[in-house]
Amino acid sequence: MLALNGVSKRFDGGTLALENVSASIGQGEFVALLGPSGCGKSTLLRLLAGLEAPSAGSIVWDEGKQPGPGDIGFVFQDATLLPWANAAANVYLPLRLRGKSRAATAPQVAAALAQVGLSDFATAKPSALSGGMKMRVSIARALVSEPLLLLMDEPFAALDEFTRHKLQEDLLALWRRTGKTIVFVTHSIYEAAYLANRILVMSPRPGRIAADLRPAIPQGPARREAPEYIEMIHKITETFREVMPA
Amino acid sequence: MNRTLERLAPVAFGVIALALWQGLVWATGTPSYVLPGPVDIVTAYLGDYATLNPALLSTLAVTFTALLCATALGLFLAVAMAASNLFRAAIQPWAVILQVTPVVAIAPLIIIWVNQPFIALVVCAIIVAFFPILSNTAAGLAATPPELLDLFALNGASRWQTLFWLRLPSALPNFLTGLRISGTLALVGAVVAEFVAGSGGFASGLAYRIIEASYRLEIPKMFAALVMLGVTGILIYAALGWFERFMLRGRQ
Repeated sequence: MLALNGVSKRFDGGTLALENVSASIGQGEFVALLGPSGCGKSTLLRLLAGLEAPSAGSIVWDEGKQPGPGDIGFVFQDATLLPWANAAANVYLPLRLRGKSRAATAPQVAAALAQVGLSDFATAKPSALSGGMKMRVSIARALVSEPLLLLMDEPFAALDEFTRHKLQEDLLALWRRTGKTIVFVTHSIYEAAYLANRILVMSPRPGRIAADLRPAIPQGPARREAPEYIEMIHKITETFREVMPA
Repeated sequence: MNRTLERLAPVAFGVIALALWQGLVWATGTPSYVLPGPVDIVTAYLGDYATLNPALLSTLAVTFTALLCATALGLFLAVAMAASNLFRAAIQPWAVILQVTPVVAIAPLIIIWVNQPFIALVVCAIIVAFFPILSNTAAGLAATPPELLDLFALNGASRWQTLFWLRLPSALPNFLTGLRISGTLALVGAVVAEFVAGSGGFASGLAYRIIEASYRLEIPKMFAALVMLGVTGILIYAALGWFERFMLRGRQ
């Protein structure tokens, strides 16, 4: 779907955030960018979104297509909803920015809310929603424009353990149902192993890809106890032991 | 129970203070040209409301005209400063200089320069009132969540869409805080300007009535005008506070 060719990013202050990162991301993959704080994984995500330009190297999309407005869905660590607008209006926002009428896109907005299980909360303001529900609205907002690529920057890091598990399960089901290409930044080994079918392990200062793993863990309720899952966690831990500076 | 008590507390305090004041004035036999008691003040108001009420209306006309203009000016400058760093660099120091210069010092000049007295008073009040709106709104515009700016950029939002659908609504709480401060400042500015203009012979507003009463040693009438100003200030502050809560209902 897209390829990173020797991408580096140096910030104005001189910090080298990413050095010579090369990887290709396939259609329909669920990629986890896994690494400790400061390994440049969020920077990599912003480069993929086109919010920042690489200092060296290039990001090439298949058939030379450049993504336009709405082709990239982005979910941030905080839900970052507009506090003055209700759930439906927040989900409608990306369509509104591209000049689509509210009436014509009402079914699309309703479908996006239904995908995250919030059909009954369309008229609720963010202040009336729990943290997990706000994050669901945020995911619906990213999905409503039917993006080619869904980018998520530690979206569940600020939620409590129970809400996080539930949202992880729902996101996995959503990925299997829709076949979206997802790049998911996380610093949790367990989250990466549970969600992704491909894990790019990153080492810090400057950010590099230390390992490219392809877990194959059976789907279903026993996923968190599957031997393949446990084995993947060991493997990632092993990788970090090798690449992390002492 | 606690809430009712909290509401009644300032009223009870006021009543007790007034009673003590009146009691002391009576007990010590203080003449009303030194310190009038509450009863003298009310009597003075009832005797002079035919001049005091129009004076208050005139002060209110200056205050609200100035507040409207200060809001428009403060908002415009804040948006322009958020849009252009060059403009911000050019304007900010002058806005601060205008803010720290006491209005009493520049009011005589403005009254000389501007022929129309009403406009001169309004200009003075604007100078006092616009800064809190400007600085609060500018701070709110600068504090727009960066993630939302990214989200708008990803969806190809124009500058104007970002301004009207994101930056201004995000800055609304800050703007309203500034407005509440500016509301009472506009009254202060109007009164100060009336004092300056009044000592130059321009008869308008409550401040002029205060000067006039002090020349004639009508101290109870002076106090009556002061009380009217105080009550007006409280009402403006309360009304803008209510407006703030109304505009922000449903957020957090």
